[in-house]
Amino acid sequence: MTTADPGGPVWPGDPGWPGETPGQPDGLDDLSVPADVSSGAGTSSWADPNDVLRVEHLSKRFGPLTALVDVNLHLAQGEILGLIGDNGAGKSTLLKILCGFQAPDTGRIVINGQQVALKSVDHARSLGIDAVYQDLALINQLSVYHNMFLNRERVRWPLLNNRSMRQTARRYLDELGVNIPSVDSQVASLSGGQRQAIAVARAVYSDAKILLLDEPLAAMGAKEVALILDVVRDLKRRGDVSIIVIAHNYGQVLEICDRVNLLQHGRIALDKRSSETSVQELNDIVVAEYRRALLERQRPA
Amino acid sequence: MSDTAQRAAGTIDGRPPGGPPPGSALGGLRRAAVFAGRQRELTVLVVVILLVVYFGFLSSGVGSFFTRVNLINLSQIAAPIVIIALGEVPLLICGEIDLSPGFVYAFAPFLMYFLIVYHGVPVLAAIVISLLMGLVVGWVNGFLTVTLGIPSFIATLGTGFVLYGITLTSSNATQATPTTNSVGIGKWIGGYGFAEIAWAFALAVICHVVLTRTRWGLHTIAVGGNQLGAREAGINVARIKYGNFMVSGLLGAFVGLQIAFQTSVIDPNAGGYQPMFYSVAAAVIGGTAMLGGSGTIIGAFLGSIMLAVLTDGFNVIGISAYPLNEIFGGAILIAMIANIQLARLRATGRAR
Repeated sequence: MTTADPGGPVWPGDPGWPGETPGQPDGLDDLSVPADVSSGAGTSSWADPNDVLRVEHLSKRFGPLTALVDVNLHLAQGEILGLIGDNGAGKSTLLKILCGFQAPDTGRIVINGQQVALKSVDHARSLGIDAVYQDLALINQLSVYHNMFLNRERVRWPLLNNRSMRQTARRYLDELGVNIPSVDSQVASLSGGQRQAIAVARAVYSDAKILLLDEPLAAMGAKEVALILDVVRDLKRRGDVSIIVIAHNYGQVLEICDRVNLLQHGRIALDKRSSETSVQELNDIVVAEYRRALLERQRPA
Repeated sequence: MSDTAQRAAGTIDGRPPGGPPPGSALGGLRRAAVFAGRQRELTVLVVVILLVVYFGFLSSGVGSFFTRVNLINLSQIAAPIVIIALGEVPLLICGEIDLSPGFVYAFAPFLMYFLIVYHGVPVLAAIVISLLMGLVVGWVNGFLTVTLGIPSFIATLGTGFVLYGITLTSSNATQATPTTNSVGIGKWIGGYGFAEIAWAFALAVICHVVLTRTRWGLHTIAVGGNQLGAREAGINVARIKYGNFMVSGLLGAFVGLQIAFQTSVIDPNAGGYQPMFYSVAAAVIGGTAMLGGSGTIIGAFLGSIMLAVLTDGFNVIGISAYPLNEIFGGAILIAMIANIQLARLRATGRAR
């Protein structure tokens, strides 16, 4: 769709940005994943031995509320998967299950070919899965560098190695081009975008092999969006990190993701390569579903 | 209070050491005010110094404040407040409170006494078991609060009452005296004049380092500041809260033993709510947030000294006990008002 290649990104708002010309190669496609994965949800043929992550028949209920019905999903080595869907479709629930924060009711999670039962966030991290939550999980009362190393603190037993953490945090943020007054600042004193950037930086530098980003571009200014997209692209080029991105902006999703999954009513309703779909198509599907539900409700009992 | 300690307190809050960047000469005064506001503990320290100067040099009790007897008395008022506050500060920071240490305090020396007298347990073992009892009570508080989800205010109120009942029934509500074979060790725990304040100071240093310089302290602040976020980061919130409740129980038991050896009396009606309330007041005066997320050991230490100087000072200048409480309440309120106003000033300083 876009003409972006890793060397010359095209940003939202730029002239070359999401044209309604689907099917054009986007330069991010040279992956070993078979191309015939589109709309393969629910079948088993989509699974590829190269997958770092596979989710099969996952379901989750919260009392009377069914968040996930039957989710099947896979993620190849080095792939960036966009997860879209309206509010309440279960995106965040899925992410919280994948990072070990919540347990699914049923279903299998397979990481690098091994079936795992994620017991805790720590356990998921030890398997190389890390997440940036929608609520960022930052501690307002702590400094930027303590937040960046939260629960992964560097210790010269028994004391914290603050100097090392401070220096490393500064280096990471400099590398990312994140502009904050000081790594000693309390997180409470930073802007929404800065907070988001710190949360993303924290996950990016945590050595995660599977990175889960829950709306990483929310509350971001145009410059900060560009910054985070650059970071994701960088990771993509390195190839050792696989990423699932939740986002609302379909244009941004198609821009950085190799593949898009649409979550609707707790199921994957669509699974297509970014090059085979368009903002228009995704929009149409979501809006059509909305109209259908509306009609159903308005139908006289 | 050393400068290093001040800076350490500043670091954990993420405040950069030193004042705001230099500006015009006109802004100098404001900068000074903002700087003073940033160092919450500094205001309490100034109040303590003013009180000491007043009671030592200006009041009608001139000459009797700085006597050895009175300084021992002052330290013995301050030490229990400090030590119990050392348990309360981390709990307040992680969003909980413990109302029971005063009752652990009453029961611990009785437990020691019973073990020695009725069960022939060696003195040192009896002391250790009494301290362990404090840990167990703390664990129970943690269980009620964290595992069963009872608000800590109610949970620890309950354990406090239960402990008080146990103390009264087991002692038949009569006083006892520490056994003669325990007095030797007891001197080091609380018998010598300055033993208690020495312990209080040493424990305060340890607690300060733990709170500001270790993962445990950092995670305590994280749990109080953003419990969900801490959990999402993989911090074991339950472990942090259990641990802090247990420390509070342990310190409560320790204070009880100290007082027993200091006064040579084991009193079933010792402790109660008063020491806990003094300690919570001291912590809050020293800048600990009642809603969690922030607080310092240094502040609580100075707050405790302030309350002790007030109590002892009015004693020295011979004010009757009745108006003392009015002055006391007023002092707490003034300290709190000053704290909140300075916090606003602090926020202004940060915004610039």
